[in-house]
Amino acid sequence: MGILEVKDVNKRFGGLQALGDVNLSVQENTVHAIIGPNGAGKSTLLNCLVGKLIPDTGSVMFDGQSVLGRTPFEINQMGISRVFQTPEIFGDLTVMENMIIPVLARRDGSFKLRAIEDVRDEKDLIQEAEAMLDEVNMLDKRNMHSASMSRGDKRRLEMAMCLVQKPKLLLLDEPTAGMARADTNNTIDLLKTIKARGDITMCIIEHDMHVVFSLADRITVLAQGTPLVEDTPENIKGHPKVKEAYLGEAA
Amino acid sequence: MFGLEKKDASLLILVAVLTIFAPFILNPFPDGSALAQFNAGYPDLMQRFVIFGIFAIGFNILFGLTGYLSFGHAAFLGIGSYAAVWMFKLLSMNVIPAIILAVIMSGLFALLIGYISLRRSGIYFSILTLAFAQMMFALAYSVLTPITGGETGLQLALDDPRILSMASSTDGNIPVPSLFGMEMRDSTQLTVGAWKFTFNVGYYFCSVIMLVAFYIAIRIFRSPFGLMLRAVKSNQQRLNYTGLNPRPYTLAAFVISGMYAGLAGALMASMDPLAGAERMFWTASGEVVLMTILGGAGTLIGPVLGAGAIKYMENILSKINGDILHTWFAFLPDGLEDFIVTIIYPFIGKGWHLTLGIIFMLVVIFLPGGLVEGGQRIMQKLRGKSADTDSAKTEPAE
Amino acid sequence: MDALILQILNGLDKGSAYALIALGLTLIFGTLGVVNFAHGALFMIGAFCAVTLNRILTLSHTVIDETRTDFLGKPLQVDVPYVYDIFGESAGNAIIDWSVPLAILFAIPVMIAVGVIMERGLIKHFYKRPHADQILVTFGLAIVLQEIIKYFYGANPIPTPAPEAFKGSFDFGTMIGFDPNIIIYPYWRLVYFCFAVVIIGAVFAFLQFTTFGMVVRAGMADRETVGLLGINIDRRFTIMFGLAAAVAGLAGVMYVPINPPNYHMGMDFLVLSFVVVVVGGMGSLPGAVLAGFLLGILESFASMREVIDFIPGINQVIIYLVAIIILLTRPRGLMGRKGVMED
Repeated sequence: MGILEVKDVNKRFGGLQALGDVNLSVQENTVHAIIGPNGAGKSTLLNCLVGKLIPDTGSVMFDGQSVLGRTPFEINQMGISRVFQTPEIFGDLTVMENMIIPVLARRDGSFKLRAIEDVRDEKDLIQEAEAMLDEVNMLDKRNMHSASMSRGDKRRLEMAMCLVQKPKLLLLDEPTAGMARADTNNTIDLLKTIKARGDITMCIIEHDMHVVFSLADRITVLAQGTPLVEDTPENIKGHPKVKEAYLGEAA
Repeated sequence: MFGLEKKDASLLILVAVLTIFAPFILNPFPDGSALAQFNAGYPDLMQRFVIFGIFAIGFNILFGLTGYLSFGHAAFLGIGSYAAVWMFKLLSMNVIPAIILAVIMSGLFALLIGYISLRRSGIYFSILTLAFAQMMFALAYSVLTPITGGETGLQLALDDPRILSMASSTDGNIPVPSLFGMEMRDSTQLTVGAWKFTFNVGYYFCSVIMLVAFYIAIRIFRSPFGLMLRAVKSNQQRLNYTGLNPRPYTLAAFVISGMYAGLAGALMASMDPLAGAERMFWTASGEVVLMTILGGAGTLIGPVLGAGAIKYMENILSKINGDILHTWFAFLPDGLEDFIVTIIYPFIGKGWHLTLGIIFMLVVIFLPGGLVEGGQRIMQKLRGKSADTDSAKTEPAE
Repeated sequence: MDALILQILNGLDKGSAYALIALGLTLIFGTLGVVNFAHGALFMIGAFCAVTLNRILTLSHTVIDETRTDFLGKPLQVDVPYVYDIFGESAGNAIIDWSVPLAILFAIPVMIAVGVIMERGLIKHFYKRPHADQILVTFGLAIVLQEIIKYFYGANPIPTPAPEAFKGSFDFGTMIGFDPNIIIYPYWRLVYFCFAVVIIGAVFAFLQFTTFGMVVRAGMADRETVGLLGINIDRRFTIMFGLAAAVAGLAGVMYVPINPPNYHMGMDFLVLSFVVVVVGGMGSLPGAVLAGFLLGILESFASMREVIDFIPGINQVIIYLVAIIILLTRPRGLMGRKGVMED
């Protein structure tokens, strides 16, 4: 029984079958990559996991509970954090303020009216946020206006915001899309460090094979909305079906 | 002080000092001099400064922090006024119960209207709030006449019950609003040479409340709640995926700002015990929007400045007429004098709205941060720093 | 039955005005993506075009009429409009009498010019700014415009009559087989309704059958793509703004005999027109027209004695009530496309 169990999920948009009988099982504390050509339904699948879309049929269980019909914030409170393809951060706020919000969300739940306390008095929260910033090498940028940072920095901030919540499952939607080589390598290193701690499950959608093969424990290949194969990276590399559907096309 | 950071505490002290000494500061010109008409230190206007300051501070908690532009906030001001006048009619002329009921009533209405309106965002939210406010205005004006007094407005009468105090004062008139015996309209005058200063009970009462309201606003700005509200404005998607539900936060902000409006309405009724439907009309809602933007939305002091600026213009600029202009420019040659007066004339007196509209447009176009941003820019220039807009934005709102 | 028809007729003129203003608002929102709070001011300026033309035509010089005397026995001084001198007395009289319809010709170039100046001078710079900023700056502009009008024309309503031929009412009931004196309808309101239908038809035909209209419709659907095709969409949008301004202005011109114009009439209509646009569906032209007439008629039904006795005050709030219900249950409006500003 994996921490995330997707069973017979179907999703249709008008005449287009975006997902057809998707079954997926992600084991706890592993890195599971989902790859596939454009239009394979990767993003649709991800949106079904976080409550943005509701599948027509099928079930999505996380940690023994169904996520279907829950809103994104409820699903996050269950322990799923998400990194977006283009970094989604609070651009009007400073880096530190960006970090404090997820820490508060984890401690206080989805809503708590605390209007008289001062944020700056929350010493332990600030410490926790600072420690996380340190881990992603951004402590020196703590007072920066986050919208004015480079894309790589925004990505690192977004990841730090997700990680500081100590999620059970981290979903990453093309975390290195549009990044320079150096930034990509930094991201891989960061994800490797997190993985090495062995207390987090990650599910990555990615185009960059370098990223996938250096991180993933299992890989699912999605094509035309249906999982083609699921196996270890070594086996996927030589799989004829995959070559035909994906690598052949890409190469 | 009061658990505030040094910068916030000094801002609060500054505002407190300014309000305490306002009767002096706003009356810089000797009585009877040519410039005396620029004096704003009379009770009526000073009361309006602080009351609309409260209204704008509250509006800013919603608009400045969350970015939700309500075009119907005057409805809560009206509700506050009606509630207060009813308390004067039924209970007593003490302003405290009136204010309490007004704040509760406007809070309840804000809860209802906010709950529905906040299901939409952007322009739809603006139109929903506008629709609600116009509806309430229309009802207050017509069918609700037994409660609101309709066209004439809600007024006190000699035969009102006033169960906790006398229905009429000892000389047989309608009693006036008071705070445990201190009548709101009482004033003391101080004459120093040619200068005359007026100290009014009502003004100082409103000032104390404004300072409390301002203090609470500072606390909200610096609180986790305030941070969440700014996050709502910045990126709702991220907020959702961070496990936070934006709606109760925005609703709380809406209710709080509605209660501020109700408080302002109650104070208006306390200074002059009547309430009319026109207080709820959408132009009144537009006015508080103007104040907040003009001063600087999202900043602490901006709305107070904006309220002051607009009320000053409304009361001072509008009193200047052609004759006064002619006396000012009398030193010029006749032709030139007439020419200048003709040019200025449309912008003063009854035309002050034109000036207001132009200033407002200029602010929205060139100075989105309002007067506060303007002040910051000037300060930077004076210090000789190059204008670093980024760092100006990074600074937490002041 | 007769009451029903009477209420529908009564709702038509207001509905026409709503529809025309909402049409322009939607054109601007759909093409330029701008929420224009100054659109009511355009309606108001149109109305004052009619007032202005009337004043120009009645400009007079004083002539001493030796044949008549005043009460002191002196020769009477009479004001003779210059148009009498130019066209003769009877033709001149007719021209003055027809000043409101004639104002259409006068208003078209004026309104297009106002619209184009507004777009080039101000709105253009706000395409990329948030909707809240657009609302705020156009709100400021509306204040400025109405104050300018107030400066020149004063604060009081200025009655400007319809041509003599259209004054009074006619018995619509007898024409469709009812007893006389049951359904009485003023001529000018019928004229206004027909005029609105013509204008609406012209706008739709223009968008449907001309290349220009096709590009604009394509631009409403997908602005970027049309831009990529190398079509100068910006200039077309400027023209579109001028057109929307003209539609609002003409609606104002012809409304003058129904309601004497004052400087804040634009704001009064604007609030309701926005509600109309929202009910019809942001960005949907047929929706705006449909909702305009629908709400106009609904408002007139709600003012029926029977209805008011049943639900007091309903006539005052019906439009807002409908808008609230629509926004909450079907935010894209009656005919709006899915996904256009739906959240």
